[in-house]
Amino acid sequence: MLEKALKGSRGYWIWIIFLLVMMTIGVLFYLHQLDYGLGVTGMSRDVSWGLYIAQFTFLVGVAASAVMLVLPYYLHDYKAFGKITVLGEFLAVAAVIMCILFVFVDLGQPSRVMNVLLHPQPTSILFWDMIVLSGYLLINIITGWMILSCNRREVPPPGWIKPLIYLSIPWAISIHTVTAFIYAGLPGRSFWLTAIMAPRFLASAFASGPALLILFCLILKRYGRFDAGDRAIQALSKIVVYALAASIFFVLMELFTAFYSQIPEQTRHFQYLFAGLDDHHNLVPWMWTSAVLAFAALTMLIIPSIRRREEWLAIACVFVFVSLWIEKGLGLVVTGFIPSPLETVTEYFPTGAEIAITAGVWAIGFLILTLLYKIFISVYSETGSDDNRPVANGK
Amino acid sequence: MTTNRREFLKIAGASALTLVTPSLLSPLWARETVRIPGQDFTPVKALMAKRWAMVIDASKCPPDCTDCITACHTVHNVPDFGNPKDEVKWIWTEPFAAVFPDENHPYREQGLQKMRLPVLCNHCENPPCVRVCPTKATFRRPDGIVMMDYHRCIGCRLCMAACPYGARSMNFRDPRPFITKINPDFPTRTKGVVEKCNFCAERLAQGKLPACVLACRQNAILFGDLNDSTSDIRKLIGKRFNLRRKAHLGTAPQIYYIL
Amino acid sequence: MKNKKWGMIALGLVIFLIGITFPFWYGRGKSIAPVLLSLDTPAIAQLKEKRCVEDTAFMRANHMKLLNAWRDEVVREGKREYTAKDGRRFEKSLTGTCIQCHSNKEQFCDRCHNYVGAKPTCFDCHVIPGEVKK
Repeated sequence: MLEKALKGSRGYWIWIIFLLVMMTIGVLFYLHQLDYGLGVTGMSRDVSWGLYIAQFTFLVGVAASAVMLVLPYYLHDYKAFGKITVLGEFLAVAAVIMCILFVFVDLGQPSRVMNVLLHPQPTSILFWDMIVLSGYLLINIITGWMILSCNRREVPPPGWIKPLIYLSIPWAISIHTVTAFIYAGLPGRSFWLTAIMAPRFLASAFASGPALLILFCLILKRYGRFDAGDRAIQALSKIVVYALAASIFFVLMELFTAFYSQIPEQTRHFQYLFAGLDDHHNLVPWMWTSAVLAFAALTMLIIPSIRRREEWLAIACVFVFVSLWIEKGLGLVVTGFIPSPLETVTEYFPTGAEIAITAGVWAIGFLILTLLYKIFISVYSETGSDDNRPVANGK
Repeated sequence: MTTNRREFLKIAGASALTLVTPSLLSPLWARETVRIPGQDFTPVKALMAKRWAMVIDASKCPPDCTDCITACHTVHNVPDFGNPKDEVKWIWTEPFAAVFPDENHPYREQGLQKMRLPVLCNHCENPPCVRVCPTKATFRRPDGIVMMDYHRCIGCRLCMAACPYGARSMNFRDPRPFITKINPDFPTRTKGVVEKCNFCAERLAQGKLPACVLACRQNAILFGDLNDSTSDIRKLIGKRFNLRRKAHLGTAPQIYYIL
Repeated sequence: MKNKKWGMIALGLVIFLIGITFPFWYGRGKSIAPVLLSLDTPAIAQLKEKRCVEDTAFMRANHMKLLNAWRDEVVREGKREYTAKDGRRFEKSLTGTCIQCHSNKEQFCDRCHNYVGAKPTCFDCHVIPGEVKK
């Protein structure tokens, strides 16, 4: 089926070439980083994780969101999602590959990365993260590809697909819970030391992932002649709004605990985020933007008449995605380090090289996604309607 | 005091004897590792302990003194990048309010508020950095020292996030050009690995005390075996009131501060 | 199959074969001087018996494994003493033992490593005393 990705319109190829250019620029900057060291980034002794790990954290959520399509369809026979579970699985594949790449570019000694498997440390959450991410990637590549190729040949998928798909449901929850555990178990970082870190992660994942999926479905409708169906898109948007509501609720809960208890260890981080601390207010405009976008998106998605209008839905989904990207990326990862364990505030500014490498990895992800979606569209238009699409649960 | 030749010779003879006495009493201890390999190697008696710990009597620190810092950073080839972003430090000083934020209040005596205390890796009994390291590059030795294996570190910096004391530094750049004078007896590190104080494990193996302990002219830093009930350090912390940093986190740090 | 497709396939096959056999035909006929390692260092000159930690054949084949074992045993287990096959004892240390005799890295270590294309990263960290004093 891969050959289907090699045929496309002019617009398709311009997009592919743009992504390849971004990728190449990213690779060149990465070679520079390999030579100079991670000092090319804005990371410092105090803020030792930055843009790369922020992207990784956010994208694990997007990857986990495939479960929001798989669960209703395969466990509860919600037929409207039948057409697009493969899209969710392919999105998960691209997102997990981006996650792995972001961790890789963040390593100081990437040539030694196999040490994690050669000398495993089961008490380390990063070790488990590597295992669950690789497993999730494998599950989604296999199931997505298999289902698509069975659709193309118009045969029912093999029997072993069903248990694998069922496995992907708790596995998706686990990848994001494990990622949250990286943060939530560290005794020295009071900003992250909260029991609701994993629920927060999951809520924002289930808002941002499906929002992105809705945007892709709308794009595919406009440019790919693929209609996911109004029911599917509306159902997804309802998932987004409830997950977003939960995510906002969780943040408000954090704010209450911090500010009502008045414990300085807790309040200082939020003060830095929303008001600035000791004359440092790098992230303040970002956080308020994120908050405004989140509430705007929530309003737009709750009101059915707005939600049902595709243009407004698209804007709301962009708002959700950007708002959660800011909140989870910059607002969570960087703020854990500010103030430092010795009470100093060291701010973080990503450098040009860092942004170029980040854009390069995003380009790789989008390239993989584009290729996979192109294959999906070609198969879909080949097989025509989806009425005789065999379903994995044998119905 | 006047002395005659006879007295002088007596004293000189007695002094000379003391130089010989150690090798008579414990021959193994007197011989050192031979520098040119291929001849007979005789091992030095390493300093051993069940639980190494350190006591810092910060009230003895003169203002602006950096003897311990200079000694440590010289012996261990710690680079000086000249900017706080890339900074690598194994031991440094911090104000009292930063080291003991819970103990600070506006009515504390001025001396304490202005005091700068040396801070370093606490070599915790229950170290979170060891727990999170995905490759076991940082590990706890049976004698309590939290060690770094620079060969294995992949530079993921999870240990830096886990350390509640900010004791660890990452080599964001190649450190070699930034070392003022390389000590050939100890390796440098390379870019991309995390480093920190190692309680001078390599010096302990040669029977020497840590560099900071010996460099302090005020004898403010004491080092010893907490498990040994006769050690100076054990007696001192049993006698004088002492604090540890962020003890409520359960890390069981092994640097005790007497203020 | 159509004729023009056979042409492209044949061309592709030829290019592939040329590429995959590259290491075998490139440099044919060129003679490369054998590697001469220099043992001319002050420390080795002082040795009565010119013997390394182990015999030359063993070291040539296994010095990298030996050093790997040493680094784990010293750093991770704290065992710093090595007993050679003939009973002599050494300190397990690249700089402290090996380089003390083989202080001419460029005429010794580098010559073989460059020849075989090995790039050990040891010297990123481990200091060559001669280089430092320059």
